[in-house]
Amino acid sequence: METIVKDMQGIPLNHYLLLSSVIFSIGVIGVLTRRNVIIIMMSIELMLNAVNLLLAAFSVYHGDASGQVFVFFVMALAAAEVAVGLAIIVMVYRNTRSIDINSLNKLKW
Amino acid sequence: MSLFYFVAFLSIFFSLMVIITKNPVHSVLYLVITFFTFTVHYVLLNAQFLAVVNFIVYMGAIMVLFLFVLMLLNLNKETEPMKSVLIKVIGAVAGMCLLVTVAGSIRAMEVSDPLILKNPDIGLVSSLGKVLFNEFLLPFEISSLLLLTAMVGAVLLAKKEQKSI
Amino acid sequence: MEAIFIIEKLVLIVVVFVLTLVIAMYSTLAERKVAGFMQDRKGPDRAGPFGILQPLADGGKFFFKEEIIPAGAHKGLFIAGPTIAIITACISSAVIPWGQSLQIGGRTVELQVADVNVGVLYIFGVIALGVYGIMLGGWASNNKFSLMGAIRAASQSISYEVAMGLSIIALLMVTQTLSLKEIVAQQEGFVNWNIWVQPLGFIIFMTCAFAECNRVPFDLPECETELVGGYHTEYSSMKLGLYMFSEYINMFVSSAVMSTLYFGGYNFPFMYDLGLSQNWITVIGVLVFFLKIFAFIFFFMWIRWTLPRFRYDQLMNLGWKILIPLAIANIVLTGVITLIKDTYW
Repeated sequence: METIVKDMQGIPLNHYLLLSSVIFSIGVIGVLTRRNVIIIMMSIELMLNAVNLLLAAFSVYHGDASGQVFVFFVMALAAAEVAVGLAIIVMVYRNTRSIDINSLNKLKW
Repeated sequence: MSLFYFVAFLSIFFSLMVIITKNPVHSVLYLVITFFTFTVHYVLLNAQFLAVVNFIVYMGAIMVLFLFVLMLLNLNKETEPMKSVLIKVIGAVAGMCLLVTVAGSIRAMEVSDPLILKNPDIGLVSSLGKVLFNEFLLPFEISSLLLLTAMVGAVLLAKKEQKSI
Repeated sequence: MEAIFIIEKLVLIVVVFVLTLVIAMYSTLAERKVAGFMQDRKGPDRAGPFGILQPLADGGKFFFKEEIIPAGAHKGLFIAGPTIAIITACISSAVIPWGQSLQIGGRTVELQVADVNVGVLYIFGVIALGVYGIMLGGWASNNKFSLMGAIRAASQSISYEVAMGLSIIALLMVTQTLSLKEIVAQQEGFVNWNIWVQPLGFIIFMTCAFAECNRVPFDLPECETELVGGYHTEYSSMKLGLYMFSEYINMFVSSAVMSTLYFGGYNFPFMYDLGLSQNWITVIGVLVFFLKIFAFIFFFMWIRWTLPRFRYDQLMNLGWKILIPLAIANIVLTGVITLIKDTYW
């Protein structure tokens, strides 16, 4: 375990920031380019996870455990979001027989 | 040190595969692998409890739920709705713009100090528990309320309507 | 990280791996022998004395069968399914402490592959991963019945993991640690076993372990009468063998986990009163641990030949309406008792 931890030391915080922002942007691109509702939700999960990683890196950087505790709250939120979101998707599929996000344009003016 | 860059490359590669692949089931599997690389990142940060919770919650529960719904609706490549190429290009460009903006602001901030583990016990269960139940007790209780609400909502949505009455 | 340490761990890993495979192999024979005993017949007795060579004969048969990958199947995932199933089954035994330490030539050798300080959660996570093997195999077969089996496996696994996690929480409130090594070390002797303080938690955990291993009465993913075969309908040859094998390995590992968490692991009564040296205590401890594991494996088989399979709604009712409320009540009860004990004792 010690060798692994030593291995990680010395990586600039910048690189963690960059990695997280790249993955966050990939999530954003996923939301913008796909029409499948489930893939869109998965992209949102990707964005949440990018933020989680950054929070954990910050917590190690500052030597403060609050950052990691925040990650737990994000995970609880993600779990709640997925449970309700997937239930809504299943309902939509039952009514429209499709999971295309464009089939939900009934309220569009 | 090079291990971090290798795992970072894998995370970016697999998260790109998530949004590129046509088949939704493949997307879910690539996302599972992406989350696995995140678990490795947490282990590298010596956040062991976080790593194992990430493993259980994301890979063990959330992604199984996604896969379950995909299989239940029996979706595959043929039924996959696709946006036109123009919208895809515009979306990709917009995402890239966001990335450039964020990366530029990171450069402007100049926080390039190396990460040094000041307190190796930070990721252990006991220290996390102390912080969670002392400083964050109210948010903890509220998040339990959130989960209860989500549970009620999910049950209500998934329930078939009664025909009688 | 000196070389001898790595060699020591490698030897331990190989020994554990071989033991796991041999025990899983002979569990197949034991299952049929137990079935024979329960139904008043002999069981397999042709290959070798008392049918001792039967598992080898079965293995040989599996290798020489024709490999069939259905035309409509998704080839990559079809192969990945059994692979994931067997890998997750094998790596879950990494954190189990098989015995105390041995003294060999001045060195102390721990009989545990890795002492992770979140050991309980590691096992829980790997078990949760095991369902991917079944789901991918069932989906990639491109067969309605396989898909039904896969969907059943997923919903069963998710439902029973909740109750399993809650029953473990009550146990962790008593032990106050997540490291399996410390949990075993706390249960020294006989009166300190966790089963005496967590009987309800043990029953819930055991029921969920049956469900996670897809054993009768929870073997709905492979229900022959309703689903032709289940998630492995389209599999043949050694791929089917790997699915079967991973089921037996899971049974072995969950028996080991149950005896570690609740039945004192390698501890046995009067272990320090007999005047034995440390090495002898360790050796006897390992034997006692395996005795406990075999007792649990026998119990698994006993249940299989005693109870019929649940109906699907009964399975869900048992999981959500009985086990989860019971597990939550167990947590509350444990908390109240701990509080009373801390305040008034």
